[in-house]
Amino acid sequence: MDGVSTGVRAAARIVARGDGRGGTSLPVLEGEGPLAVRRTRASGDEARVLLVGAMSGPLGGDRFTVEAKAADGARLRLGSSAATIALPGQTKEEARYEVRLDVAAGAELHWLPEQLISARGSELTVTTRIRLASGARLVYREEQVLGRFGEEPGRLTSRLAVRLDGRPLLDQELSCGPGAPGGWDGPAVLAGHRALGQLLVVRPEFVDAPVAARPLGECAALCPLAGPAVLVTAVAPDALRLRHVLDGALRDLS
Amino acid sequence: MSRAALLVLADGRFPAGGHAHSGGAEAAVRAGRVTGAASLEEFCRGRLHTTGLVSAALAAAAALGADPVVLDAAADARSPSPALRAAARRLGRQLLRAARPAWPATELDALAREFPKGAHQPVVLGLVARAAGLGAADAAHCAAYECVGGPATATVRLLSLDPFEATAVLARLASEVDRVADQAVRAAHRVLDQGADALPAASAPLLEIGAEAHAAWPVRLFAS
Repeated sequence: MDGVSTGVRAAARIVARGDGRGGTSLPVLEGEGPLAVRRTRASGDEARVLLVGAMSGPLGGDRFTVEAKAADGARLRLGSSAATIALPGQTKEEARYEVRLDVAAGAELHWLPEQLISARGSELTVTTRIRLASGARLVYREEQVLGRFGEEPGRLTSRLAVRLDGRPLLDQELSCGPGAPGGWDGPAVLAGHRALGQLLVVRPEFVDAPVAARPLGECAALCPLAGPAVLVTAVAPDALRLRHVLDGALRDLS
Repeated sequence: MSRAALLVLADGRFPAGGHAHSGGAEAAVRAGRVTGAASLEEFCRGRLHTTGLVSAALAAAAALGADPVVLDAAADARSPSPALRAAARRLGRQLLRAARPAWPATELDALAREFPKGAHQPVVLGLVARAAGLGAADAAHCAAYECVGGPATATVRLLSLDPFEATAVLARLASEVDRVADQAVRAAHRVLDQGADALPAASAPLLEIGAEAHAAWPVRLFAS
């Protein structure tokens, strides 16, 4: 399907497992080039890993894959050292970034990378697939910024599909930028906002203690899903104000 | 297929309760995002390519005979806003109530038993189309058209917009409605081979956010 791609292929793979002494070990910690990984100082029983972008990208034609698994008893927190910037490449091919996250029953994964910035002329499809066992815990944040300061965005398609115990929990796709289906920047979708984000929190406790839906100002809402999960959807004029809304919501849920 | 049955089902006078819903237009008007015919058109276009596409694909897949329980779960996953999920189920129940005397079918009886509080409206629409002897393309067209027709009609009341202008908006969107319906039917065929993950998942953040703001208002003209 891919044919001969001239872009960079890079993958990172992380597996975390409870070490049986109240901590989390990382039996697999592999990354390369633009997806180098670093273990950072642990906090309590939680292992922390940073994706360290060794070069900018993804550029057109690149294929990035990140796989992270929180197995039995693991508490894993993943972040990134800097924003990811989608840039145009030498080829006309789009770039693809795939993220696959797996969380076992009783394990916990926090996925809190920095923003994804869609620069002018870039073309990127991001696909995130998350599989949660019944009893898994998740904090997942994604933020997209359409264009660097004062810049037109590139073409960005981002899908987030989450299954819990084999059933669909959340499936959302957003397409924006030049060539996206009509109305993407209009009053039903983004209305000129240049930053958008989602914060997903999955906890078994939400079954017995559901959180009520509420608007968070004019441009964000906290929504209990049809399952033990809460989604915060937000749009904002810029990345800073978006982060402020998502951070505030996460504090309220903690 | 019966072309007249399609007209009955797509008729705004079909007693399925759709007139009580604005499709997010009431929230968008209050927020100052829809102020006239031009912004209504952009609103409808955005809705068409997001929730409209998803609804049309769900309806088409149901019309092709995909499992309504699976489709309903897929619809839940594509509707983060609980206000929108509740509205979709209410509309689904009302549509089923109106359709069962019109096109009696054991599939509709089974759906009513399976979902006493209502299934998502597009899933019901697809099964009703099937009961009426219509096909997947008919169901997709009904769903796609409804997703722009609702806000256009509501905006006439909300903004005292000239009804001629609102109708012109719908006429200008007609070819895009056709394209979205075609896209939905192709996706629905993939659902039969690959399962419900093949359904589109196009989302509209401001429709979700606006629906929750709207649900919190003490007084509203429309239910959603």
